[in-house]
Amino acid sequence: CMHNTCRYCMMPIKEKKIAALLIQRWYRQYVARLEMRRRCTWNIFQSIEYAGEQDQIKLYNFFAFLMDHFTPASSERNLISHIFRENEICHDADWERYFCYKGIEVPDSYSGPHLTFPMTFCGLSKLMEAFKHKQQLHARYVLQILGETWRFLRILPNINHVSVCPTKEITICGDLHGQLEDLLLIFYKNGLPSCEKPYIFNGDFVDRGKNSLEILLILFGFLLVYPNDVHLNRGNHEDHIVNLRYGFTKEVLVKYRVHGRKILKLLQKIFSWLPLATLINDKVLVVHGGISDSTDLEAVTRIDRHRYVSVLRPPKMIRHMLNGNKAVISGNEDATGPAEGRRRVRSLTNTSNSAQRNKMPRRSLHNLPTTGNQLNCSVEDELRKRRRLAGFDQTYNEIKTSDSDSDPEFGESTETHGQEWKQVVDLLWSDPQPQNGCIPNEVRGGGCYWGPDVTEEVLGRHNLQLLIRSHECKQDGYEFCHNRRVLTIFSASNYYEVGSNRGYQASSTCRELTLRQRCTRTVEPLLESMNMKVLNLGLPWRVLRPQLVNRAQYGMLNYQQWIRELSITEPKPEVSDTSIMETMYKQHSNLETIFRIIDTDHSGLISFEEFRQTWKLLSSHLKMEISDKAIADLAQSMDFNKDGSIDINEFMEAFRLVDLSTHA
Amino acid sequence: KLISVVSESVSAVEQKITAAFKVFDYDSSNKVDVREIGTIIYSLGCCPTQADIHKFIAEVEEEHSGVVFLEKFLPAMTKVLLENKFPPIPKSTILQAFKVKLDQKGYLKPEELKKLLMEEGEPFTQQEIEEMLAHTDREDNLIYYPKLINKLTSDLTQ
Repeated sequence: CMHNTCRYCMMPIKEKKIAALLIQRWYRQYVARLEMRRRCTWNIFQSIEYAGEQDQIKLYNFFAFLMDHFTPASSERNLISHIFRENEICHDADWERYFCYKGIEVPDSYSGPHLTFPMTFCGLSKLMEAFKHKQQLHARYVLQILGETWRFLRILPNINHVSVCPTKEITICGDLHGQLEDLLLIFYKNGLPSCEKPYIFNGDFVDRGKNSLEILLILFGFLLVYPNDVHLNRGNHEDHIVNLRYGFTKEVLVKYRVHGRKILKLLQKIFSWLPLATLINDKVLVVHGGISDSTDLEAVTRIDRHRYVSVLRPPKMIRHMLNGNKAVISGNEDATGPAEGRRRVRSLTNTSNSAQRNKMPRRSLHNLPTTGNQLNCSVEDELRKRRRLAGFDQTYNEIKTSDSDSDPEFGESTETHGQEWKQVVDLLWSDPQPQNGCIPNEVRGGGCYWGPDVTEEVLGRHNLQLLIRSHECKQDGYEFCHNRRVLTIFSASNYYEVGSNRGYQASSTCRELTLRQRCTRTVEPLLESMNMKVLNLGLPWRVLRPQLVNRAQYGMLNYQQWIRELSITEPKPEVSDTSIMETMYKQHSNLETIFRIIDTDHSGLISFEEFRQTWKLLSSHLKMEISDKAIADLAQSMDFNKDGSIDINEFMEAFRLVDLSTHA
Repeated sequence: KLISVVSESVSAVEQKITAAFKVFDYDSSNKVDVREIGTIIYSLGCCPTQADIHKFIAEVEEEHSGVVFLEKFLPAMTKVLLENKFPPIPKSTILQAFKVKLDQKGYLKPEELKKLLMEEGEPFTQQEIEEMLAHTDREDNLIYYPKLINKLTSDLTQ
């Protein structure tokens, strides 16, 4: 520069350079320290993460056990039975009517995007723009998109087959988990999906982040506009039971107070119809979780995948009676059902069978026969005895065998049913391990840990070169294992480009998404979930506390004091007002899950009686005693409506954030 | 606090350094990827320039291997800390740095900041500037830098 002074700001050039360097140094230090903090909490987050999933499954199994072995008082039964009523007999036409968007008017005051169908790229652009500007799509259009998606997914096979010619590439995207910014960033950096730019999205689109629904709408939109070039795999979070816990259900109900329930129901169906895996050029298998030693892709193609509305549990619900009587019960139940429902239909691309395919077997628990063989115990009496059997100590193997009951409705053998379910669970829930062998995945509570020998055997058996999967957080965003035969790609901030001409070598773009990229991901959600669980897991609280970020205050005054104390001492599970608060805090996500299950009409409100019963259930789940009086006092201190109902959302908001650093 | 390192004993300093190092030592082999060295140095409270970091790495990196072993890193880093070679930047200094550009107005236009930080000193990448701007509250398309400084420093308060 020829002048000593900048002609714009009249400052000496030299001073500008110094200032710039200072600011750069300072900012880079900030970024690095954030990264360090993030690294430090990483393992903790992971252990919390998996512990949470295990919790969820235990909870689910607990309820399932209750339903199987007791005749609760009818009011109690109603509380939880509906989560098992996943597939009611219903003709396609009935569902079409139920999901029909036509009756929903879009008011003039609506300022969001208007969509026309069939979906076009133009509509997609409008949609993405709108979401970028935090607009919400009207329920009418949501249902329209979902309806189209549902219809489209039903004709897809269980395993997508994709051909990528040598000059092209295909992009594979790992878990998105509701982080819209990440999806948009990928589109920005890598390009939008199109005929020239095929994509595979490898599951876990929802939960945790706050834009799960927007992500789904965009992905489904692209699916509809580019059906040959966009492929979606089902993840373990594409499951309404998991969604109850991890936030997607709530997101939908909050965003769509009137139509949320319908949207959720339609999404249940869509999730069950998502393909389970994608095969590229018959050489690369892309699946969300992984494999096991029993994975058989040929068998997978024959499954009726849509019967697994929740992968956590196989579709049939008829259970043994306690005295071991394996009597056929379905005779009573299905007396009124159409005969077609009992026929197993091959799930291939043969659409002519679709009418038959959708006649689901009835699985209502309201018609449990009242024979003398049954235990007529109230829930509370038996819980202490049955608690251990209810699934807290239940291993995967126990789950497996207890589920392989004969299914009289289908006249199928026991083995086939259990095996089929295992195929699906393994694909969506498994993780690789370094050592050889294949063992149940106790940490998650579902699927397997599979070793390098299993990889070799399964890939060899199917003549495949590579397995690409997600499901596990990898800090670098990706990780090879098993002699580079398995590639894990995770966070949406990282994606993997596969080009045939490169022989499936890792793209350099992966590592480019550097430390810096990861830093932009807010650390807060990780820390938030960590806050809640730290107490449960006995982690070094004192070490962690100083590292926590300042947060806005948002909690109940009367237990912040308690939180501070808890951070120093171990919580004791004794019966007292304090312990209820403790329990609530520690178990808030379990509590929320149960609340949402109880809230059968998804209104966000539960009655006081239901609230009390929730506590009863939870207390037995936790092996704790909580008196009715304590519960009543608690309810008293909550701000609930005069009509005696409790707004779940308000109740749970109190647990959202706790500011600890102000007490430091 | 990490800043008052000089008053601590050498062994305390070494412990701190080792702990920070181990965060990036994923397979417990007492080595880290050379690309993490900058982060480690920053996290120990130092504020070097990129040039400083490169010079430091040149001294500790295993030739052409892209890794740094703890045995080399520890003494070199201990020296850095004890000598306070890359002192942190006080808030007042940073505030002053912003002011230099700005006639004490208290705010500046994003384009101005972008131009400055991408052209002078050790230029920011597009990514870096975008991230930094993402932290700002853009009222009337101006950046109120005292707010930005407060935000970024308070985010890391211990």
